Amino acid sequence: MKPAFSVIFFTVTAGAGYGLLILLAFARIGGLAPRISPDQVAATGLLGLVLVTAGLLSSTLHLANPKNAWRSFVRFRTSWLSREAVFAVLFYPLSLLWLGVEWLHGHGVASVTLGLATAALAVVVLVCTAMIYASLKTIRQWNTPLTPVNMVLLALLLGSLVFLLVLASQGLPTGRLATVALVVLSVAALVKVVYFHAIGQPVGPTINTALGFTRATVRLLDVGHASDTFHTREFGFEMARARLIWIRIASVALAFVLPLALVAGLFGTPGVAHLVLAAVLGYVGVLLERWLFFAEARHVVNLYHGSQRT
Amino acid sequence: MKLGLVIDLDTCVGCHACAVACKQWNTSGTTGPLTDTDPYGAEPSGVWFNRIRHYEVDDYPNSKTVNVPMSCMHCEDAACVTVCPTGASYKREEDGIVLVDQSKCMGCNLCAWACPYGARELDTESGVMKKCTLCIDRIYDEALAPEDRQPACVLTCPTHARFFGDLDDPDSEVSTLVRERGGQSMMPELGYAPLNKYLPPRQKPPVPTVERRTIEGGAAGLVASWMQRQKKAFESLGAGRRGLSDEAAGEGGTGRAGATSVAAEGRSDAAGARVGAGTAGGTAGGTTGGGPGGVSS
Repeated sequence: MKPAFSVIFFTVTAGAGYGLLILLAFARIGGLAPRISPDQVAATGLLGLVLVTAGLLSSTLHLANPKNAWRSFVRFRTSWLSREAVFAVLFYPLSLLWLGVEWLHGHGVASVTLGLATAALAVVVLVCTAMIYASLKTIRQWNTPLTPVNMVLLALLLGSLVFLLVLASQGLPTGRLATVALVVLSVAALVKVVYFHAIGQPVGPTINTALGFTRATVRLLDVGHASDTFHTREFGFEMARARLIWIRIASVALAFVLPLALVAGLFGTPGVAHLVLAAVLGYVGVLLERWLFFAEARHVVNLYHGSQRT
Repeated sequence: MKLGLVIDLDTCVGCHACAVACKQWNTSGTTGPLTDTDPYGAEPSGVWFNRIRHYEVDDYPNSKTVNVPMSCMHCEDAACVTVCPTGASYKREEDGIVLVDQSKCMGCNLCAWACPYGARELDTESGVMKKCTLCIDRIYDEALAPEDRQPACVLTCPTHARFFGDLDDPDSEVSTLVRERGGQSMMPELGYAPLNKYLPPRQKPPVPTVERRTIEGGAAGLVASWMQRQKKAFESLGAGRRGLSDEAAGEGGTGRAGATSVAAEGRSDAAGARVGAGTAGGTAGGTTGGGPGGVSS
């Protein structure tokens, strides 16, 4: 699949925002940041919403006919993209209500309830986004339960790195949140490695089942078009295996290993500088990871263009 | 009613006439234009509802070229419709045709991602998704003569490899063809229940081939080798005739003796195989011709 930067930026940046808001909802009741003030909650929440909004705006850039984007709310019953759109829009009033209540009335039953509801809705939006990809049987590298698990974990990963940075910059203790970040980093890395292993197993349609000739070898003689088509541009992305492996290594190092080392204090007690570095490296690493998510995905249309399998 | 196409891979010669007829009709029809970019330049590209690809099935000497035209399969469980967020993609209740309402499409490409058959192509000019309509603006047009109320691709096919009809009606021409010729779906394992069916090539014995040999001994060797070939050919006459069924031998007579023949349509496979075996070893004539009655098309 062609890695479209608008979609990569959208899923990563909005994911970071949702992750931040999820962790923020547990700031006090989970003891992640017990001394955070209502003002700081509201400001951090707004930072999360800025990230979410930047991502959502970017997502409209890949639409060829964005004037009809408002229609994307109507097929809620069948389409994951429609569900994502509906929940992403519902997320704004709920999260703003929570942040408003927190800011005006401080920490209380109402703000805790609204915060938890916002966190739940953020998970729902993330899962809906991931299901857009995971529901496609045409792309086996996406059509796996690991896709939503991975996307939610990476959102939490970036959210925890940003939240750590916010707390440190405000001079608040980061102890409990740092532990959570380390757990999220480790689990997300594990899931990603499992994912890389899982997509290495060839399964699903082949050129034989694609054409119905299952008892003999099939080779493409002529693809029938003289130059690029919509399908070759959209689905025909190719890159040398060796280079993809290097990008995998880079993404794992940047997204998981280096932030893990920085947060765990391998390079000295994590201060603001360390956490800035961890957040930036993590963000670049997850961008690379999302780029790979597209670059390594092979659509079954490629079978008709001569691939023996996807 | 489940309208769809049945395509005969045995008779399709891969001429792309169906694609051209489709492009011509639909670019000027209700879904048009089917925008082209750089149409007369070095890299022509554009929207096509129908594309033909060419494959080689099996290995030499049993290999066969198969031409495969592909358009929308009008799936019974159409994933493109399921994933569409705007309601632009829909499947008609009354005849099962999958269509795009271009006034609603936002060009997100998700339907094209969901379609395993490459049936949908984004028109970058208008920013909306376009696809085969089964010539819905032809097949219901009562101003046309009844025999013309068919998709443009079906009407134009010079080898009559394309058939249009109701696959829900077990007695329709298309259903009968699918039943009798073992019509297949493409990529059925994805579970989208494509309506369009493909009739596999008929089983035929391999066309005999003559191997090139080097001849030793100069002119004398050439004459000796020629004599030997004639002798073998003469001997193979009897073998060939014995190989044929009585009826075919009677029909073929002695006039066809020695000619390698492809089993004629309608003759049993066993008889066909014997003909193949009987002549494959012989060197008489490199001609391949139709048996009595010719190869049906």
